[in-house]
Amino acid sequence: MAADDDVESSSEEIYVFFKDRPEWKDVVPVQQDDGPHAVVRIAYSERFQDVYDYFRAVLKSNEMSERAFELTTEATELNPANYTVWHYRRELLKALNKDLAAELEYISEVIQDHPKNYQVWHHRRVLVEWMNNADKELDFTSLILRLDAKNYHAWSHRQWVIQTFNFWDGELEFVDNLLDEDLRNNSAWNQRYFVISNTTEFDDATLAHEVTYTKGFIQKAPNNESSWNYLKGILSTKDKMYDFPGLEEFCQMMYNKNIKSPYLLAFMIDLCEDKLESAESDAATLTKATELCNLLAETIDPIRRKYWNYFKRKLTMRFGQEQTG
Amino acid sequence: MAAPRCVENFAGLESQKLVDDGISSLSSQEQESVEESVGQKFSLFHQWAEREGEDFKWPPLNKEKHLHYLHKGLHHLPEGYECLDASRPWICYWILHSLYLLGEKIPEEQSSRIAQFIGKCQCPDGGFAGSPNQQAHLAPTYAAVLTLCTLGTEEAYRIINRETLRSFLSSMRSSTGAFTMHKGGEIDVRGAYCAVVAARLTNVYQPEMFEGTAEWIASCQSYEGGFAGQCGMEAHGGYTFCSIAALVLLGHERLCDMQALLRWLSQRQMRFEGGFQGRTNKLVDGCYSFWQAGAFPVVHGILSKQHDPALDTSSWMFNEDALQEYILVCCQNLNGGLLDKPGKPRDYYHTCYCLSGLSLAQHFLTDNMNVKYVMGGEGNELQMTHPIFNIGLQSAEDALQFFSKLPLPSSR
Repeated sequence: MAADDDVESSSEEIYVFFKDRPEWKDVVPVQQDDGPHAVVRIAYSERFQDVYDYFRAVLKSNEMSERAFELTTEATELNPANYTVWHYRRELLKALNKDLAAELEYISEVIQDHPKNYQVWHHRRVLVEWMNNADKELDFTSLILRLDAKNYHAWSHRQWVIQTFNFWDGELEFVDNLLDEDLRNNSAWNQRYFVISNTTEFDDATLAHEVTYTKGFIQKAPNNESSWNYLKGILSTKDKMYDFPGLEEFCQMMYNKNIKSPYLLAFMIDLCEDKLESAESDAATLTKATELCNLLAETIDPIRRKYWNYFKRKLTMRFGQEQTG
Repeated sequence: MAAPRCVENFAGLESQKLVDDGISSLSSQEQESVEESVGQKFSLFHQWAEREGEDFKWPPLNKEKHLHYLHKGLHHLPEGYECLDASRPWICYWILHSLYLLGEKIPEEQSSRIAQFIGKCQCPDGGFAGSPNQQAHLAPTYAAVLTLCTLGTEEAYRIINRETLRSFLSSMRSSTGAFTMHKGGEIDVRGAYCAVVAARLTNVYQPEMFEGTAEWIASCQSYEGGFAGQCGMEAHGGYTFCSIAALVLLGHERLCDMQALLRWLSQRQMRFEGGFQGRTNKLVDGCYSFWQAGAFPVVHGILSKQHDPALDTSSWMFNEDALQEYILVCCQNLNGGLLDKPGKPRDYYHTCYCLSGLSLAQHFLTDNMNVKYVMGGEGNELQMTHPIFNIGLQSAEDALQFFSKLPLPSSR
C-alpha cells in the first residue's frame, strides 16, 4: 500500500493543469454556465473543472487538433458518460485521420474499466462500422462476459456484430459453454434463441433438438426459470404446443415425482390452455388447469396469488361455458 | 392491515427462498447471498416488532431523513457525482419528484432557480443537454420536461422552446421508426419513450414524428414476454416499462402480446424478498419497484380498456404488501435516501424509484376507483404518481392542460 501511495502522490506532483500548460496559453478557458443560481451543483475536483473549462473552449471554437484530441482523452477519463466529449472525439478522429486500430485498443481499455456505460460501447460500435472490420469483437465481448456473463451492453454489441458481419458460426457452442458454467444465465438462453431464430429458425428438426436439449437442463434443475421460459418460447413458434411428442408425459412424470417447481406447474397450465384453445379438450382439462392455478396461488407461489387467480378466472370465463353448455 | 410477512410468518417466508435443486452456480450463489442479507434485515425487524408489540408492525418511512438528504442534493452534490455531470436534469427530476412524493412544496424562489437552471441546459437547436454547454440528448430532455412540469409554474412551462423541441425530437427518429438518443448516438427503446413523453406532455406530438415507432417497439418484445432494448436482446425491466408506456402514448398498445407480458412481469416479483428483479434469474433491486411494478398500472389500464372481464378491479396484480415490506425494511438508509438492496450505498436515482414504487403500491387508482393500501402508519403515505409520466397526477394534468391551449408548433 505504501508503494501505491507513493506512486499516487508523485503522479499528483507531475500533473500540470491545462491553465498552467504553455502550449495552451492561446486558449481562453470557458467556465460552465450554470447561471446565477446553480442547483444540483457538483463539487468538481480542481482537475475536473480545469479539463472541462478547456474542453468547452475547444468545443466552442471547434478546434480540430492533436492537442484537442488529447484533451478529450482526459475528459472521458474523468467522466466516461459525457456523450458530448465522445461525439467530439469522433469528429476529431475523422478530421485528423487518426489510426482507428489504435483507437479500438484505447476503447478496449476504457470499456474494461467501465463495462456498464452506454457511451463507451457506442464509441466502439462506430469504430467497428468505420473500419468495417469486426475481427476482434467476438473475443473482446467474450472477455467482458467472462467478468460478468450478463452484461447487457456486451451482449447487445455482440448481437449487433454477429448480425452485421454474419458471425453465426460457433455462437451456439459459445452459448453451450456459458450454460455449462451457469445454467441460470438467462442472457445465454436469450442468445440461444437469438442465434436459432436468425439461422435455421425453429424448423421441425431444430425444434426437436432444442426441446430435448432444454428438457435435459430442466431435469437437472426444475426450479430454473430460464430453461422453462426458453422451452415455452421455442414451442410458441408453433401453432400448437401441447401435442409436441412426449411433452405432457415429461411434465406429468416430474409432477408425479413430487417436483413442485412453480415453473413446472405454470408450464402445465400453459399446455392445458393450449389444448383448450384448440377445442380438442374436455372438462377435465379445465379442471386440471384451475386446480394447478389454485395450488400456485395458495401454496407454491403465494407472492403471485393475484396473478394466478386472474389466470384461473380468465380460463374459466373463456372455456367454462363450452364445457357446461 | 396485515402485518409484514417477516412479522406474521417468518418461518413460512423462509420456505420461499431459492431452491437450487442441488446444482450450485454463480447465479444461485449470488441469489443466496442476497437472500441472506435481506433475511437478516427481515429477522432484525421481526425481533424489533416482537418487542414493540401490536403498535409497531410496520417500519416507518423516515420522511424527515429522506427530506434532508434530498434538500441537500438539490443544492449541492459531492465530487462522486462527477460521473453524472452529463445527467444533471435527471438529478433535478429524481430529487423534485421524490420531494413531491413526500408531500414537500418547493418555495417559489427555489422553483424559479431550478427552472432557470434547466433553461441553461436547453440547446439552441432544441432539446436539453445533461449540463449547460453540452449537446442535446433525449434522456435529459425527458428529465428536463418532467422537472419543469413537476415545478408546474408558468415560468417553468415557458422555459420550453416547443418549436425547437419539436424539430429536435423529429430529427432523432431514424428510418426504422426507432429513436437515437442524441446526434450520432445509440439507438434503443429508451429513446422512443423519452421522445413520446416529451412530445405528449408539451403538446408537440404529431403522428408523422413517430411513423413506424410503435411497430419498432413491438419488435423488441422477447420470447419471454418482456421487452428488450433492441430486437433480439433479453427482456429487461427498464426497457419493458419504456416500451409499454410508449405504446400506450402512441395509441398502439394492441401491438403488445399482453398475456405474455403479464406473465413475465408478474414473475419478476421475488418470492422471498418481495421486491422486483430486472431480468430472469437476476437479483432484486429497489429501482425496479418502479420500472417493473410501475408497469402493472399501465397493463391494468390496457386490460381495463379492452374490457377484460377477469380483471380484478380492486387492486393491481402484484403483491403490494410484499413490495412495501421490501422497500421499508431493506431499502432505507438510516441517514436518509433509499437504495438498491441491503449493503448498497444510497443515491438519488434509487431514492426516486423506490419512492415511486412505494407510492403506486400504496394507491390503487383508476378512472372510477381510489383504494389505499398504505402499510404502516399514516405517515408512511406518499402522494400519488402518474403511472405513465411518473410525475404527480395533478402536475401531469396541469401541464397537459397548459400546453393544450398553445398552438401546435409548425414544422420547419
